[in-house]
Order: sequence, then C-alpha cells, then structure tokens
Amino acid sequence: MTNAATRVSRHGSTTAKPSRDTGDTRDTRARERAVAWVRRAPLLPALIFLIIVTQLPFVVTLFISFMNWNSLSPDTTGFAGFDNYIQVLTDPYFLQAIVTTIVMTVSVVLASLLLGLGLALLLDKKFIGRGLARTLLIAPFLVVPVAAALIWKHAILNPVYGLINGTLTWVWSLFGSDAPPQTDLLSSAPLLAIIMSLVWQWTPFMMLILLAGLQSRPMDTVEAAQMDGATPWAIFHHLTLPHLRQYLELGGLLGAIYIVQNFDAVFTLTSGGLGTANLPYAIYETFYYANEYGLASAAGVVVVIGTIIVATFALRTVFSLFKKEAAR
Amino acid sequence: MSTLTPTERRASVPGPNVRSTGSRRRGKSRMDPTRNNTAAGIAAWLLALLFAVPVLWMILTSFHSETDAATNPPSIAADLTLDAYQEFFGATSGVSPWPSLINSATASIFSTVLVLLLAIPAAYALSIRPVKKWSDVMFFFLSTKMMPVVAAVLPLYLVAKNIGALDNIWFLVLMYTSMNLPIAVWMMRSFLDEVPVEMLEAAQIDGAGLLLTLRKVVAPVAMPGIAATALICFIFSWNELLLARVLTGVVAGTAPVFLTGFVSGQGLFLAKVCAAAVVVSLPVLFAGFAAQDKLVQGLSLGAVK
Repeated sequence: MTNAATRVSRHGSTTAKPSRDTGDTRDTRARERAVAWVRRAPLLPALIFLIIVTQLPFVVTLFISFMNWNSLSPDTTGFAGFDNYIQVLTDPYFLQAIVTTIVMTVSVVLASLLLGLGLALLLDKKFIGRGLARTLLIAPFLVVPVAAALIWKHAILNPVYGLINGTLTWVWSLFGSDAPPQTDLLSSAPLLAIIMSLVWQWTPFMMLILLAGLQSRPMDTVEAAQMDGATPWAIFHHLTLPHLRQYLELGGLLGAIYIVQNFDAVFTLTSGGLGTANLPYAIYETFYYANEYGLASAAGVVVVIGTIIVATFALRTVFSLFKKEAAR
Repeated sequence: MSTLTPTERRASVPGPNVRSTGSRRRGKSRMDPTRNNTAAGIAAWLLALLFAVPVLWMILTSFHSETDAATNPPSIAADLTLDAYQEFFGATSGVSPWPSLINSATASIFSTVLVLLLAIPAAYALSIRPVKKWSDVMFFFLSTKMMPVVAAVLPLYLVAKNIGALDNIWFLVLMYTSMNLPIAVWMMRSFLDEVPVEMLEAAQIDGAGLLLTLRKVVAPVAMPGIAATALICFIFSWNELLLARVLTGVVAGTAPVFLTGFVSGQGLFLAKVCAAAVVVSLPVLFAGFAAQDKLVQGLSLGAVK
C-alpha cells in the first residue's frame, strides 16, 4: 500500500515539504507537524463520525455476544462464555441459515455474472436502439428492492393470477389446451424464487461493470488478432476473458458483499419460511421477535467473520484496479 | 499550458490504463461496426425486453382495475384507470402514504447532504492534497462498509431506545449517513482524482488561494461526480429497509416500511401493490437515470471508469 502511495504523482506536486535550511530543527519539526495536521484536518470529521457510528456498535455486539441476555427475562442476564457461539454453530435453525446464505450468495452472484457477461457482450456491439435497450436493462436495478420483491411475490409468482402462470395459460390456450401447467414456486421452491428475483435485480449491476470492462479493451490487440485470422472464440478466450478477469472479480465480490447482507427479498418474499431464512433474517428474527440479544449478537459476529473472509479477497481485487489507477 | 482537460490528459497517458483505452475506443478505430450486429441486436433487444417485463408489467397493472389485474390469463388490453393510485393514497382506507414518503425524503435528502459535507473534505485530503498513508485510510473506509448492518443493528437499537431516539427520523438520518459515507468517500476520491495535477499546479503558481482553487479548478471538473455521488447515496438511503424497520415505527416509518404492509395478501389488491411500487420507485428511477453516465464509476466505487 505504501508502495502505491509513493507512486502517486500528486505527492510530488505539492509544496507541503518544508525546507530544512531555515530556522532551527525544532522549529522545522513543529511546522512539519502542523502542516501534517492541516492536511489531516479535512479527513477527521468523516473518520471520527464513522468510527463512532460503525465501529463502537460492533464492539458492543462483540461484548453482548458473550452474554446471556433475553430482554423478556431480565433475571437470567449474565456472562455466558461461548454458549451463544456454540448454539449458533449447532442450532439447526442457524446452521440452515448459514447454508441458505452461502447457497443464495453463490448462486445469485454466479448467475447474474454469467447473464451480465452475455448481455454486456451483446451490448458491446453496435445496433439500432442500443441506448434504449441498455436503459431497459438497467431498470430492474432502479426499482426499490422491497417494491421489486412485492412485485415478484404478488404480480409474477402468485399461483392464481401471477404473470408466470398467466403466460402459461395464455400460451397453452393458443394451442387449444385448457389444462396448462401451473407453478407455485413460492411454496414448491421458495429459495429458487428468491434467487430468481435477486438475479433479476443484480444482473444489470454486473452488466454495467462488465460492459465498462469490455469497452476498455485495448482494441489494437484485438484488431491485430483479427488480421492474423483468429476466430471470434479464440479472441474471446485469449484476449477478452483475461482482460475481463478483474472486472468479473470486482463485480462478483461487490455483489457478494451486498447479497450476503440481503434482507429485503427474504423478508418480503417468504418471511424466512420454508428454510429460506438467511443469516441477516435469522439474526433479525432472533433479536426482534425472540428478544435473544446474546444469541443474535453471536450470530452477528459469525456473519462479520464470514464477511471478513470474503472481504479479504474483495479488497485484493479492488486494490489491483486501484493500484493501476494510482499508478497513472 | 494549464488548460489540459481530463480527457486530453487521459489520452496522453500511455500503457494499459483503463481510462486511456476507454477514450480511444470511442474513436473510429473499431473494425467493421456492422458485421454480425443484426443478430446481436435482436438477441439484446429480446433479453432487454425480458428483463424489463416485470417493470413494464408493474406499470401496466398499476393502471388496471383490481378485477382486471387478477386474471389468469392476464388481461393486457383491459381499460386503464387511476383507481389503484387513488386507493394507494388512501381513498377508501384513509391510510395515507404521504407521511412515510416525507420521512423517506427527509432521511434520504438530509443524510445525503451530511454525507457530502463529510465526504468532500475527506476526499480532498485523500486525493488533491493527500495525507501520508492515504491508501490505508481508504481501505479503512471500505472495510467499515463490509461489516453487515445486521451485526451492528442491536447496539444501535439499544442506544436509540436509551436516548429516546427510537422512531425518530433524525436518528435514521445519522444511520444512513454512516451507511453511505464510506462509499461516498471512495466515489468522491475517484472523481476528485480527475482534476488534472497540472491545473492545480498552475493555480498555485498563479497564487490562487484555497477557496479560489476549489471554486475555479476543482469544482468544474468534480461537479458531475459530486452530483452522481449524491444521487447514488440518495438511492441507497431511499431503498434501505432493515434499519428503518428496526429503528422506526408509526411516526418515522419510511416508504419501504410502509410497503412491508403489503407483504401478506389482502384479497384483491394487486393493482394497489403495483401502484405503491411505482410511486415509491419513481424517485429512484429518476435519480438512477440522472446519474446514468457516472453510475458504473460510482457503483464500482471508482474502480471502473
């Protein structure tokens, strides 16, 4: 990181370095320190605010996670050691929530990345109305998540009058059939229903990042490859894909950070029923309805540890792009 | 010599740089722009329409009567009416969504203003006159964003309860400020980075003071970026459900909280749900399309130009 910092041209362009040839060294050092604080000053309000509002609460969470604390029975409040953690890692409800979180995150990220890649490759070509098509494709990302989940639940997946079953009925009626197949994903495959709605919302995000990646391809190499008679697949496999790798990683990891934390879709579509409760929803329920503060906090700490593992990779990827930027 | 625009400067940077190649691509060097494109265009349009179907269906259904909305097969050509909107705004139930919409606007607008007030100076100290170890500071900001909200929500709830700030919109304003601040700092830094070093140097040589430099050199280049950052922060605040659900109630409930009233079915209410979804999503749609040019750069925290 310091390596990147020293490479930034802006450091050389400032006049902050006090010259050493005037006054005695103590004076210089004091001035140097003053200059450093003047530089730091604009940063401090944001930094202090953020530490107070985000870091302190987590320290409290950490503290509560070792306590036996149910607000409905205050007499039993006390130190619990690792009991809450043991319960989180053995209780079937939380174990199911951990599995659900992983399945949901991985499948949504992979599916939206693949779809996003396909769409980005198509939109990279010039065709009539490309701007409008791009606008239409962004729309899912710009519907309020709760509203989107409500639409999926009531207008699309509803077993009686939802759009999916309505379309099936219509298509079958075109062929003269009055016994169309009907689905009820919300009860037969609720997790799949949540995943579908999330893939729909997140594909535009992936597409935008990958499209930007495609459009930053060095075209001269692609043109040279075309001259040399490389097939489109070879160009995609050997030039486009390696170039897109860091964009795929960036999209995947940013998406993962948001989807791990998803609450809106689970809350709205299934209210965590039928094994669809992910960790954020399970924690919400443990704390908001069951009033098990200690247990909810321990689960929260588990989520943070999981996120840190993912985040370590995320930071590395963001950093590789960031370093390129900083090196300019 | 100090009049290099960002684009010119970008184009003059050699090497495998995301920015420079991006602007090169916009030139006419693309080979054979019409080849194979009809097929790709048709495929892209079909997929775009498929992705837009839920949104278009939501809008169409919101203009249908409840009986026309709940048919199987769907009645696409049914008569249009504003009934569902009147119902959503409380024509018969008497429950108005306006307080929740106003709460959402308050929380989103004030937190966005606070975010900008904190993030712009911070980004200045990370980009234009960077502190030592500025990249470490950047990653500290980012790491706070990676901590799931759900891991901090209980202490925040307890604090709010103890200081009597539960169901108070201003507490939510502070929460949304902290939620958006890290990403805003990242976005703003990347936008301030587009201010050419040469222009800053020239301003300094000409003896321009801090305020004059900010107004004449930094602001013109960074303004579109500041606007995009504000719009994206507004969207994130407007969309937020978990904190609002836990920290607010009948008084300070936001629009997403109001929408959760539609989670369980209530007889024939599909058109009303669609109208509600349209109304609540409108500000986000406007903000999103207004920020479209800078949306990718903002959402990728400045990593993608």
